[in-house]
Amino acid sequence: MLVSVYRYNPETDKKPYMKDYQVEIPEGKDLMVLDVLALIKEQDESLTYRRSCREGVCGSDGLNISGKNGLACVTPLSEAVKGGKLVLRPLPGLPVIRDLVIDMSLFYKQYEKIQPYLINDQPAPAIERLQSPEDRAKLDGLYECILCACCSTSCPSFWWNPERFVGPAGLLQAYRFLADSRDTATQDRLANLDDPFSVFRCRGIMNCVNVCPKGLNPTKAIGHIRSMLLHKEI
Amino acid sequence: MGVSITNFGRSGLHDWMIQRASAVILAVYSVFLLGFFLTHPDLQFSEWKALFGHLGFRIFSLLALISVCAHAWIGLWTISTDYLKATGIRFVFQAAYVIALFVYLVWGIEILWGV
Repeated sequence: MLVSVYRYNPETDKKPYMKDYQVEIPEGKDLMVLDVLALIKEQDESLTYRRSCREGVCGSDGLNISGKNGLACVTPLSEAVKGGKLVLRPLPGLPVIRDLVIDMSLFYKQYEKIQPYLINDQPAPAIERLQSPEDRAKLDGLYECILCACCSTSCPSFWWNPERFVGPAGLLQAYRFLADSRDTATQDRLANLDDPFSVFRCRGIMNCVNVCPKGLNPTKAIGHIRSMLLHKEI
Repeated sequence: MGVSITNFGRSGLHDWMIQRASAVILAVYSVFLLGFFLTHPDLQFSEWKALFGHLGFRIFSLLALISVCAHAWIGLWTISTDYLKATGIRFVFQAAYVIALFVYLVWGIEILWGV
């Protein structure tokens, strides 16, 4: 099988280029894209990519796979190969450090901005802060995010304004804490999201929903944040 | 967090609200005009003049005109901050559409009340 891989080593290459590899795929097996990368690495040790858990939990191996962002470890070749060819590029929109490895500083900066931790100004109880099963259920579909950046790097609003637009991953987490019954900083959190960029640069095109490897829905969470802002102001 | 002095309203929420409200007004205005054309297949100038002679329709038209201006300001501001990265070019573009929208508004008022 032909695999075309984005290569760029800033120390030796003037500009990025696509390099083709012929990879022998074992018969009768639907390998994951990450397995193919390992086979290429046997041919060419200079290829650089991130990976860790190889089972869709750590979020390290987000790639642009034949044009669609996804995790290499949980994307089977049967889904990724188009016209007998596999095309692997780094996640778009963020600076490339080398080959398939991107600099995720801006992504993490946006994540940090939404204060992704529980804030509670009440004295801590002896054992734990209790939550009803109904309130806990509100966090389903939010807490599962693994911060792989597949969504934010598929979002044109994040491409054009990565310094100012929080992006789908950060906003999903913003809503995760807005929706948490144990959090007491809801009003401050909302006040920090009211500007024209942080939330409202989302145009609702749902690229984020289309690519999320965990099947989450950031667009829906962004809609909930807008509603909360609206309820606060009307 | 991010602030701006060139967007239309005071906040992102304000812009978002106005963009949606103006869209509804423009949709209703368009449907009304479409209905008017469909119910007047042989439209004469006198009927057209009578429609705009009605104060209610003038107010409705002015509301639609203001909606166009607000909607366009917010939309063009969004496009300019997405795609025009050089501050000088972005400022010139923003100034140009704000002036153009102002001209359209004043000109439109003159047309509506000059009938």
